[in-house]
Amino acid sequence: MNDFVYLKDVVTLKLDTEKCNGCGMCLKVCPHEVFKLKGGKAHIVNRDFCMECGACAINCPVQAIFVRSGVGCAAGIINGILNNSEPACDCSGNKSACC
Amino acid sequence: MKRSKNIESDHPHYVQGYIHTRIGNIPRVYEKLTRKDLLGTVMVRWSINRGNYRVKPGLYAIGNPTELSDVFVTANYKLSFDHLRKNLERLDAWILVLDTKGINVWCAAGKGTFSTSELVNRIRVTRLEELITHRRVIVPQLGAVGISAHQVKKLTETVAPGHLITQASLPVVKGVNISPFGLKTNNGFNVVYGPVKALHIKDFIINKYVATREMRKVTFTFTERARLIPVDFLYGKYKLLIAFAIVFILSGLSKSGISFQLAVDRGLSAMLCVFFAYVAGIVITPLALPYLPGRSFALKGFITGAVVYILLMIISNPGRNYYEMISWFLIISGISSFVAMNFTGSSTYTSLSGVRKEMKVAVPLQIAFSTIGLILFVIAKII
Repeated sequence: MNDFVYLKDVVTLKLDTEKCNGCGMCLKVCPHEVFKLKGGKAHIVNRDFCMECGACAINCPVQAIFVRSGVGCAAGIINGILNNSEPACDCSGNKSACC
Repeated sequence: MKRSKNIESDHPHYVQGYIHTRIGNIPRVYEKLTRKDLLGTVMVRWSINRGNYRVKPGLYAIGNPTELSDVFVTANYKLSFDHLRKNLERLDAWILVLDTKGINVWCAAGKGTFSTSELVNRIRVTRLEELITHRRVIVPQLGAVGISAHQVKKLTETVAPGHLITQASLPVVKGVNISPFGLKTNNGFNVVYGPVKALHIKDFIINKYVATREMRKVTFTFTERARLIPVDFLYGKYKLLIAFAIVFILSGLSKSGISFQLAVDRGLSAMLCVFFAYVAGIVITPLALPYLPGRSFALKGFITGAVVYILLMIISNPGRNYYEMISWFLIISGISSFVAMNFTGSSTYTSLSGVRKEMKVAVPLQIAFSTIGLILFVIAKII
């Protein structure tokens, strides 16, 4: 049992197929098999598997992918609210927790 | 023989000697882990010394590498480094350790310390380009969250030697060969993404440096989840102690005021209930994760909490009257739900948007459950 799926239809992942040059880099870096190459272009085939890590977007040489990336960590979001900043887990320093 | 502390720190226990190269001496590390490494692993898994479990960033050698040998990039969290060298046994290779402040590859990549700029600068300061004749570095796939392969290529071919970059100064690369840093100076480095797990490195090499579908996928098996529990359990220890203190004090309440003796008599079982709620959220929920209904962690935690409550009711009813029985249901399921929700950060598949969405619904409910639960608990004591 390894194919966990999180909430449906929540992720911010977008792929501009027009811009895509079919290099396949997004397939290589995605840890959850979200993309597939079809007809020389990448396509999103498993949207709900996306965890918004952002690897595909920063490794896309033609900037065809957008995702608002971040860590899906409740403690991080709470920290962000308490410190009035972006969500950040406190894994650095001695109080390491979420990863 | 007595070794001074200084020599010890200059020469860590995992270094077996030095290799003389054209750019100087490079420490050669053991590929077999010793008892000391294993003890360190057990300790960090229990949160001991976890914030300071580091190796010095820079270059290391495994076996007898040459100018043609592979370069494997990793983080300076010692657990990451140990995993890598153990899996490079009987190979001749270089290890390039980035400064990630002692954080593992995936998390450091998410935080921006395992990054394009750190990799480019580390290649610079270690003079890797003078050590090897090829231009390929193998980065663990999860490092791709922080590293942009095409930018590494561009920056290592255009940034003048001795010139360090910052993440903020990274240019937007648009397929031109000139960056704001200067003209093309040499051949840039090619980032090749290796398998997610160091365990698959040898298969990856046999497969001609192509990661198969299986090597690219992140899993979250029972063992992987179980391994995270001690750290997660200890993460909330102060909050748990505060909760203990609250139910202990409230247990001392009665019609005639507050009594320490009463708190001692009844507080212990109340503290146990809180403890079981915590265990439901941070031990049972992660272990039973795929078998629990629902997708949101808060819901899964609520269900485990409810089940634990029912079991507690069957074994020994913790409530003396209906108010207290209801109060325990609210408190136990509320705590379990909140604690389980925090396990999203340890999981390998939750997204920021998803966690935000579940929190919007769950957190108000969790607050309501615990508040109403505590009020009923107090009412139960003073009526």
